[in-house]
Amino acid sequence: MPSKDDVRQALDKKGVYGKDIDLERYDEGDKDATEITDLESSEYKRYMENVGVVADEMARSGTLMFINNAMSHCSPKVQEGLEVMSVSQALKVHQGLKEFMWNAMDPSKDKYTAKTYLEDGDGFFVRVKAGYHIKSPMQSCMLLDQNRSIQNIHNIIIVEDGASLEMITGCTTTHHANDSLHVGVTEMYLGDDANLSYSMIHSWGDKTSVRPRTKSVLGKRSNYINNYVILNPVGDLQSFPVSDLSEGASTTYNTMCIAHAGSDIDTGGMVNLNGVGSRAEIMSRSISMGGKMCARGRLVGNSPGAKAHLECRSIILKDGGSTLAIPELEAHVADVEMTHEAAVGKIARDQIEYLMSRGLDEDQAVSMIVRGFLSGSINGLPEALQKELDAAIEQANLGD
Amino acid sequence: MTEMLKITNLHAEAGGRKILKGVNLTVEEGETCILFGPNGSGKSTLLSTIMGYSTCEVTEGSILFKGKEITGLSVDERARMGIGMMMQRPPNIFGVKLGDLVKAASTNPDVVGRAEEFKMSGFLDRDINVGFSGGEIKRSELLQLTAQKPEFILLDEPESGVDLESIDLIGQKVRDLLYDETGSVSRQRHVSSLVITHTGQILDYIGADRGYVMKEGRIEYSGRPYDLLKHIRQNGYGECEECRARTT
Repeated sequence: MPSKDDVRQALDKKGVYGKDIDLERYDEGDKDATEITDLESSEYKRYMENVGVVADEMARSGTLMFINNAMSHCSPKVQEGLEVMSVSQALKVHQGLKEFMWNAMDPSKDKYTAKTYLEDGDGFFVRVKAGYHIKSPMQSCMLLDQNRSIQNIHNIIIVEDGASLEMITGCTTTHHANDSLHVGVTEMYLGDDANLSYSMIHSWGDKTSVRPRTKSVLGKRSNYINNYVILNPVGDLQSFPVSDLSEGASTTYNTMCIAHAGSDIDTGGMVNLNGVGSRAEIMSRSISMGGKMCARGRLVGNSPGAKAHLECRSIILKDGGSTLAIPELEAHVADVEMTHEAAVGKIARDQIEYLMSRGLDEDQAVSMIVRGFLSGSINGLPEALQKELDAAIEQANLGD
Repeated sequence: MTEMLKITNLHAEAGGRKILKGVNLTVEEGETCILFGPNGSGKSTLLSTIMGYSTCEVTEGSILFKGKEITGLSVDERARMGIGMMMQRPPNIFGVKLGDLVKAASTNPDVVGRAEEFKMSGFLDRDINVGFSGGEIKRSELLQLTAQKPEFILLDEPESGVDLESIDLIGQKVRDLLYDETGSVSRQRHVSSLVITHTGQILDYIGADRGYVMKEGRIEYSGRPYDLLKHIRQNGYGECEECRARTT
């Protein structure tokens, strides 16, 4: 763990990827909580539901909501074996959590982690006790409601040995908080034989800057699925989650992005295959509608028997932007099997006309192909996410 | 009988090459016409040009469908006017499920539920044409056309690449499309078609009213389809005075 002075110095440290953001442009977001007991009648309902967080909490095992930098809602009752609260509350309940925090993520990684560390950013704490399988998805919402402010969130997810959890996190801004900065640090710890499916749906303003920092550490034979979806305009987004895999562990990253005109998106993921026989798959599907899109993927084979595949596919629907696919494979032992594919281009005309020959007009045909390209070709999306993704694609007016 | 399709002096290019060089052809309402011709004679290009695929560019001539000039219309406009096509090698579309396209194309919402009749119920959640065998592609095309219910159907070698067992099902389903699904040959036909075949096997199921033989981008002659088929089987597509004499 670096010293506090080292972390302070890191406030000037630019991120490895993405445009540098001047933190001085923003005030620290409000840390006073706006209590919301009933999500259904909340003024924020439409914003939440737009990113897959359902207000009636039906078919969800629990809900956590942060507005700016404070927790506004936490389900009072959750399934046995599941523990949900804010990190600040968890620190009071769990002795030793403080020493546990920031183990996966280096706070001096860059200025965004440093800022979150120094601001003592709060966030959600979710723990699944050993052996428990949480039946319905847990949901959380990170909402920015203050213009020219920073949201510094620090989340902790712990899925203990033999436990499983599905989680959907929706991150969004209200319309008057467009020019803001979201920094979400999330540390995930999976025990042995644990399963976590973590889906993020983002919907920001066209001037919002976004810098998530996510790290997951997987125990033996555990499995982590990371789904990331952003279909609406955003100002500037850079995200590069990292997973460390132990023996027999596996992970899948699915990224689905649309870069609208004016948006600058740089996203992807990195997996360190540290354990014998660990496996990884990074799948990226992106569309440029005149925006700037960079899809990265990095697989690092450090142990024998590691097997991994990386696939970046991009469609360019409108001119005016740019698309860059950067797949990287790195191996440090002989006995690894790592492959990658990348493809950038337009939708094949024969595919569009084939659908048109069944009576669909061109916009409908393009929309159907794009919908399939984004979500249909990725197997194993959680049912709840598939539903939200379909709704988000519907709203994105792809046929325009 | 009225003309469903009337093609006059049609010239078209594909991939920068002149393929159709003055095609003249007519299909009457309710008529099944067979298009014979050697490989490379332009048969598939003619069907694609009628459907309006952008790979084929009309440089001269006219295509009248139900009396209206359609050379300037888009593929979907032609489809909505009542033209449907069974492609020989349709494209793979990753991520788009066959069931979703059948629903989107459907004028009859029950067709998805009838997928098993086409032995396609296990394919509705599969990406369109991806990993489909020859017979599966044909059955998929026929399921889509049954949903679409066109008045004029272009069939590009419906029996090619299909095993003997599957051809019976495919033949029956093509017949259902043409005969309004009653299966009765005595019933008045409503649907017209233009069918490419090399083997003539499909004729056992659908019959035919007229045959055209295409060579080097033109219709060389027309006549009774069974006579033409018999002659082609015996003599190939060489110069044929007998056929010329039979031209109607």
